[in-house]
Amino acid sequence: MGQKIEQDLQRFRKIVRGKVKSNLSKYISRGEMIGKKGNDLVSIPIPSINTPQFRYGNKGSGGVGVGEGQPGQPLTQPSEDGDPQAGDQPGGHILEVDLTMEELADILGEELALPRIEPKGKKNVVTEKDKYSSIRNVGPESLRHFKRTYKRALKRQISTGTYNPVDPLVVPIREDKQYRSWKEVQKPDAVACVIYMMDVSGSMTDEQKEIVRIESFWIDTWIKRHYQGVETVYIVHDAQAHEVDEHTFYHTRESGGTKISTAYELANKIMDARFPASEWNVYAFHFSDGDNWGDDNAKCLTLLKETMLPKLNLFGYGQVESPYGSGEFFDHVSELLDEHDNVVATKVPDRDAILGSIKEFLKTGR
Amino acid sequence: MTQLGFYNTNLPPHLRVLKDEIEGYARGYGLDFYETIFEVVDADDLNEIAAYGGFPTRYPHWSFGMQYEELSKSYSYGLSKIYEMVINNDPCYAYLMRCNHVVDQKLVMAHVYGHCDFFKNNAYFAHTTRKMMDEIANHGNRLRRYAERFGEDEVEAFLDKCMSIDDLIDIHSVAIKRRDDPHAHAAGGDEVEDDDDKPVRFKTKEYLADFMNPPDQYRAAEEEKRRAKARQAPMHFPERPEKDVLLFLIEHAPLKNWQRDVLSIIRDEAYYFYPQAQTKIINEGWASFWHSTIMTQKVLQPSEVIDYADHHSGTMATSGKRLNPYKLGIELLRDIERRWNMGQFGAEWENCDDHEKKRNWNTNAGLGREKIFEVRKIHNDITFIDTFLTPEFCVENKLFSFNYQNQSKNYVVESREFDKVKQRLLFSLTNFGKPWIHVLNGNHANRGELLLKHGYNGVELKVPEARDVLANIQYIWGRPVHLETVIDDKPALLSFDGTEHSHQIIGGDHDTRGKTPARTQ
Repeated sequence: MGQKIEQDLQRFRKIVRGKVKSNLSKYISRGEMIGKKGNDLVSIPIPSINTPQFRYGNKGSGGVGVGEGQPGQPLTQPSEDGDPQAGDQPGGHILEVDLTMEELADILGEELALPRIEPKGKKNVVTEKDKYSSIRNVGPESLRHFKRTYKRALKRQISTGTYNPVDPLVVPIREDKQYRSWKEVQKPDAVACVIYMMDVSGSMTDEQKEIVRIESFWIDTWIKRHYQGVETVYIVHDAQAHEVDEHTFYHTRESGGTKISTAYELANKIMDARFPASEWNVYAFHFSDGDNWGDDNAKCLTLLKETMLPKLNLFGYGQVESPYGSGEFFDHVSELLDEHDNVVATKVPDRDAILGSIKEFLKTGR
Repeated sequence: MTQLGFYNTNLPPHLRVLKDEIEGYARGYGLDFYETIFEVVDADDLNEIAAYGGFPTRYPHWSFGMQYEELSKSYSYGLSKIYEMVINNDPCYAYLMRCNHVVDQKLVMAHVYGHCDFFKNNAYFAHTTRKMMDEIANHGNRLRRYAERFGEDEVEAFLDKCMSIDDLIDIHSVAIKRRDDPHAHAAGGDEVEDDDDKPVRFKTKEYLADFMNPPDQYRAAEEEKRRAKARQAPMHFPERPEKDVLLFLIEHAPLKNWQRDVLSIIRDEAYYFYPQAQTKIINEGWASFWHSTIMTQKVLQPSEVIDYADHHSGTMATSGKRLNPYKLGIELLRDIERRWNMGQFGAEWENCDDHEKKRNWNTNAGLGREKIFEVRKIHNDITFIDTFLTPEFCVENKLFSFNYQNQSKNYVVESREFDKVKQRLLFSLTNFGKPWIHVLNGNHANRGELLLKHGYNGVELKVPEARDVLANIQYIWGRPVHLETVIDDKPALLSFDGTEHSHQIIGGDHDTRGKTPARTQ
């Protein structure tokens, strides 16, 4: 039957979705992440909408339970916010609404009014895929098309007069048999690589790294929405640059000076070796407090202008604000803005600015 | 008969045979029920019906969608499964899940006949309408009509507010006549004005209206009636504290007609559903008692024993240390049957101090079966526990009481003493484990404000939530609303005036309400 409840369900989801949406900035800025389930499912715990009623609070309350236990022994079951009663009513419960990463990205896109990324056409790798969409007369029994085989047998039997409606026995012979078969289809396969670079010099604090982490999560989510395969590269740098894994990226703490050019050099090398621009959509994001070694600035800009930018879909520079950094590198990057439209520079002074920064980065639709 | 949809929900032949067989056994044991119609549905539909509280349709509201989401999710992840669903109606409707195994279907049928017997015979269900299937459908239609006329969002917003107070009813009012005709206003249609305030208007054709009901005379009569009413108006308003807050609001809040009707729909349904909450333990116990009796004595095939035992023990299992009403109910009923069979009751038994003698007490009275039929007729959960819970039963079933520790902010085992356990258990059942709220004054401070009182009994309210409820009541009442309660061991007055909440301590003397309202954080 047509589910009558569908309407109520949609209404509920709308309300919940409304909640997700309006709370999205809260999730982001609080860094409240969102359990990632498997590869592409996130579960966002959403409080089931509780209609307020006059209820007893915890103070002075109690109830009756069953089982072992000495007086004074804590009950693990009814937790702090639980609502234990003698009945079977479930206590206060949390509804988890599963969103696929894609849905989450869509919500993000909607919230920030982001344009969809258009993968560059020429960089698309074409893969061949088999699709079972045709029929042949020979093939393995496991691929036999039952319905077609049966129909052909029936047709043959009727036309040869061996079909008896009173005893409707249909026996297919070899000529009747039909098998599923495949066709090769060519599928465009857009792939992307995201390079995250972060300044881990002594002037970056944990709070700044947290901001980078949250921001890169959402950027990842958005970019992955638009490509089938996304590779991620993490580079940390102080006066030297290293390629690291994700965990290290967020947890290293170095001290010492800052030479941004080292990171760009390394990124460039990685791109040439592993992600040639002819095949990959490459994105690079660099987060720093903007405190660079004075002599190094010119080198950075040259590197960017001459070698990196032509290969990149997008170069994003996010400047966090640390108590120590001078933040002058932002001005240098800004010089590039006029000439190159694949450069974005934003400032992220605190968590509340993350959303705005993401929007800046991604609004180009590259 | 009501068909759920386009597909066939009739019993397939093999289940029809079983139904007739089990119905025969049930009647043979003396169960007495309305005709029971089983419908066979798929899991999705069963979840939908369960979300609707057992009915095939309800008024439109997201909360049913929420229920459904939860049920269908936990079903699809294999966390829970609804076996049985039965409606208190004449005829009784019960649902079977199509994909269930035959032994499960047998068990559910036997269980359902227990419920049906209980619905028909238990005193607390006596006042419920047995045509609820139709009424609930009508409620749905009325609300859908309002949603069309006044806007979905508007109606939903109002419904949200009503549902926030749908537990503020007077469950004893169906048995005690506190005043005349409390239902006079309960069923106002969207065009119907309150008849009490209006003089008689003769039915007439439109062109004769002025002649049959001369407008000036009509107005004069109306005025006269109103004055007469004002003269009769009691000094206190309401005369006595009114526990049926919903009724008070329906009668006295300045509502639009459709709003009044929505509120009365919520109230009618609350009165229909509360006996089920009030008899959860005894009702489930009774049905479980009968499914186990009928299955083990009559219906079960040898090949089905394992499946049956698995299912039955699953139903009776306690999860964690939470009390399972099925288990408590069936054990208590069996205990009663055993005691009355052995004559372990009455003054002689109560007064016997000889432990040894008590242990071997058996007068072969054989009154057990008779007694439990009586119990199912006259008891609800509270009286059931109060009358039949014994210290021995508590020990045997390992019952304990727990309470909340303010310091460590968790619940701990409190005691295994019989009195304590019984007191906690009864408390959790009293008024459904919800606080007592009365209307104290509908003209508080002579400004038409509404004063409610929480009957404090040792447990304080959840204050933030209570504030939200107050705001909802304020929306309905239109004027500021106050709630007398106790906060942090001090009498306090929570107020909401439509824009902000305030919270003041009521001084030691009842009448000198602190004049300095403290702003809330």
